[in-house]
Amino acid sequence: MKAFTRHSGVAAPLRRRNIDTDAIIPSREMKRVSRHGLGEGLFAGWRYTLPGGREPNPEFVLNRPEYSAASILLGGDNFGCGSSREHAVWALAEFGIRAIIASGYGAIFYTNCVRNGVLPVCLPDADVEALAQLVESDPQANPVAIDLERGEVRCGTFCKPFEMDSASRHMLLHGLDPISLTLQSDAEIVRFEGARRARFGWAFSPLKSNASEGSQDVEKMKSTES
Amino acid sequence: MATTGASTLFDKLWRDHAVCELDSGETLVYLDRIFLHERTGAIALQGLRAAARPVRTPQQVFCTMDHIVDTFPGRGDETLMPSGKDFIVATREETAAVGVRLFDVDDPDQGIAHVISPELGLALPGLSLVCPDSHTCTLGGIGALAWGIGSSEAEHAMATSTLRVKKPKNLRVCFEGALSPGVTAKDMVLHLIATIGANGAAGYAVEFAGSAVRALPVEARLTMCNMAVEFSAISAVIAPDEKVEAYFHGRPHAPQGEDWQAAVEYWRTLRSDAAAQFDREYRIDASTITPSVTWGTSPEQAVATAGQVPDPDCIADPGRRAAAQRALDYQGLRPGQPIDSIAIDAAFIGSCTNSRISDLRAAAAVLRGRRLAAGVRGVVVPGSRGVKRAAEREGLHELFTAAGFEWRDAGCSMCFYAGGETFGSNQRVISSTNRNFEGRQGPNTRTHLASPETVAASAVAGFITSAAALADMGEPVQ
Ligand code: SF4
Repeated sequence: MKAFTRHSGVAAPLRRRNIDTDAIIPSREMKRVSRHGLGEGLFAGWRYTLPGGREPNPEFVLNRPEYSAASILLGGDNFGCGSSREHAVWALAEFGIRAIIASGYGAIFYTNCVRNGVLPVCLPDADVEALAQLVESDPQANPVAIDLERGEVRCGTFCKPFEMDSASRHMLLHGLDPISLTLQSDAEIVRFEGARRARFGWAFSPLKSNASEGSQDVEKMKSTES
Repeated sequence: MATTGASTLFDKLWRDHAVCELDSGETLVYLDRIFLHERTGAIALQGLRAAARPVRTPQQVFCTMDHIVDTFPGRGDETLMPSGKDFIVATREETAAVGVRLFDVDDPDQGIAHVISPELGLALPGLSLVCPDSHTCTLGGIGALAWGIGSSEAEHAMATSTLRVKKPKNLRVCFEGALSPGVTAKDMVLHLIATIGANGAAGYAVEFAGSAVRALPVEARLTMCNMAVEFSAISAVIAPDEKVEAYFHGRPHAPQGEDWQAAVEYWRTLRSDAAAQFDREYRIDASTITPSVTWGTSPEQAVATAGQVPDPDCIADPGRRAAAQRALDYQGLRPGQPIDSIAIDAAFIGSCTNSRISDLRAAAAVLRGRRLAAGVRGVVVPGSRGVKRAAEREGLHELFTAAGFEWRDAGCSMCFYAGGETFGSNQRVISSTNRNFEGRQGPNTRTHLASPETVAASAVAGFITSAAALADMGEPVQ
C-alpha cells in the first residue's frame, strides 16, 4: 500500500453533506471486473453534462481550470456514506486525490481510504468551511499542506491540528499491508478457532458439507412466520 | 464499554469473537461466515489470487448472484447491464477455483445475500458475518454480529478468517409503547433517522430495544437493522428471543439435535445486562410514529405521509438548508407541498429492506381487489427464490399481476442502477428500498422510500398515500 507522510496540493471544495459513494462513483461506471479504469467515472453524475456521457459540465468544481490539478477534496459531513463499494476510493486515487478533509465519514469508506493510501482527515465543519473560503479566494496560490506525522493541516495562516486513530495512522504512515500483519498472528487465530469450536460446535457443524452441497430441500424451508 | 461488569449485547458478541487485542488499539475479530456477491466478489478473489494468498477456510465463504443478475423471468447470464455477464462469469470461475459455495443464477436458493443468509440458516444468532455490502448490518436483526466491508477487507477476511477492527461505541435506541395500526418497522426507522439525522450513529454499534421492537416479527427486525447503515451505524443488533428461535428451527443450515439445544442455550444469554452502560441512548415513543416517506435525497429527509414537504427556509442549520434546497430541485418538489399531492410514475417492491414473504403479504393485502392507477408502472421483485416460491404457493403472484404489477425473479433489481434497467429520467418512484440518493435508481430518477404497504397504496392511488388513507377513500371493488 502507498504510504502517506505529507502532501501539499490544490484543494477542491465540494462542500455538500452526505456525499454518498453512488455519487463518487455511480454504479454504471463500474464497468469491468477490475480496480482500474475508474478515474474517468469519478463523480460522473455531476462531472459530465449527460448520464453516461463525457462532455464536461463546466460548473462542476473539478472541471474548473483552477482546480484541474486538485489532489485534495474538502468535503461536507458524512462524506462517503452509503454503499461499501471500494471503487469510490479507487476512483478518487486514480483521479489523483491523495487526501480528503471533512467533518465526518461513512465508516466503510473511511477504512477503504486507509487501505488504499488515501488520507481521510477529520476537522470540525467550521474549520473545513474556513479552509474552503481561503482556498476559493485563489486555489493555486493557496495550496493545502497536510502533514500526517505532525497531524497538521496548513494553508497560509490557517493551521489546525487533526487527530486520527493510531491504527489507521500507523498503516498510512508506513504503507503497511494488513493481511501480512494479521498473518503474523496466525497461531493465535488457530488457537482461538480451536477454543471456539470446542465451546460453540453448533457454529461450525453446518459448514462441513457446504462446498459440495447442491440445492436445499427448499420446500421444507420455512419462509413464513406469523 | 461497561465499567460495572455488566455488558451490552454488542459487547458480549464482540467478546466472544475477539481473538486478541492488537498493539494498534484494534481487536482481531474472528469471522464465522463471509458472504460475497457478483458485484465485488470476483475482484476480491482475483486480488487474493494475484497475491498468491489462499482462502483460509473456503467452507466459511458463500457467494450469491444478486446485484447485477437480471430479474426477468427465464433469465440467464445475459443482463441488461452492459458487461454484466463478465461479472457473472468471473464470479462463477473465481468461486469454483477456490471451492466457495455459489448460489448461481439458476440455483433454487439464489437471492439477495441479506435475504438468503438468514433464510437458509447460514446467518445465525451469535455468529459473526461480513459481506462486501453495506447492508450486511441487516443480520443484526436476528442477533448476529454483522457488518459491511470493502473489497480489501473482504480479501483480509478470506485470507485470515478475521478482521482488524476498532471497537465501536455502544448506542441504544429504545422504541417504547405500542405502534399505531398500519405503522411498520420501516416507518420506525425512517422516523428515527429523520429525527436524529443520517449521521446520528456514526462511530456506534446500535442496539434496537424496547417494547415496540420486542413486539416486531423477525422479518421486520431485519428491515429495521437493514436501515442502520443509513443512520451511519457500523452495525446494529436486536436481542434474539423465542421468535428468533422459532424462525430458525428447521432451516436448512440451522444446527440440529444436540447442536440446536446448545445453540439455543447460548442465544438465550444474548441480551444486554440490566445494568449495562451505553455510551449514548435515545428513547422514542412508538405511539407517535406514523407511516413515513422520504421527500428528499437522503434517508434523513423523511416526513409523515400525511405531512408536507418542508420549507428549506425554515431549516436553521446552513448545511442542512442547502442540502434540502438541492434535494427539492432534484426531486422536483415545492416547499409546503402536501405529500399526498405528489403524483408517482412507478412503484417498486423489493430489495434487502422489504422483499421477504411478510413484506409481499402486506403489500398484497393492500392490493387485493384493487389495481394500479392509470399510467403507473408497478414492479415486485422477491428477495429470494425461496420467497418467490412461498409467495406463489399462496397465490400472491396472481394477486400482484391482477393488480397490474410485474412479477419478477429474485435479485436486487431496480433497487439501484448498474447501467441496465431503470425507471427513467425524471420518473418518480415510490420504493420499498433503502436509498433515495441522487441517481440511485437511475440518472435523474426520483426515489421516495416507504414501507411496502405505503408503496402498494400509493401505486393504487397514483399519488403518495398510506394504506389507511387509501382505505378511507373507499372499499376495493371485488
Ligand atoms: S437490494 Fe439494494 S441495498 Fe440491498 S444489497 Fe441489493 S443493491 Fe444493495
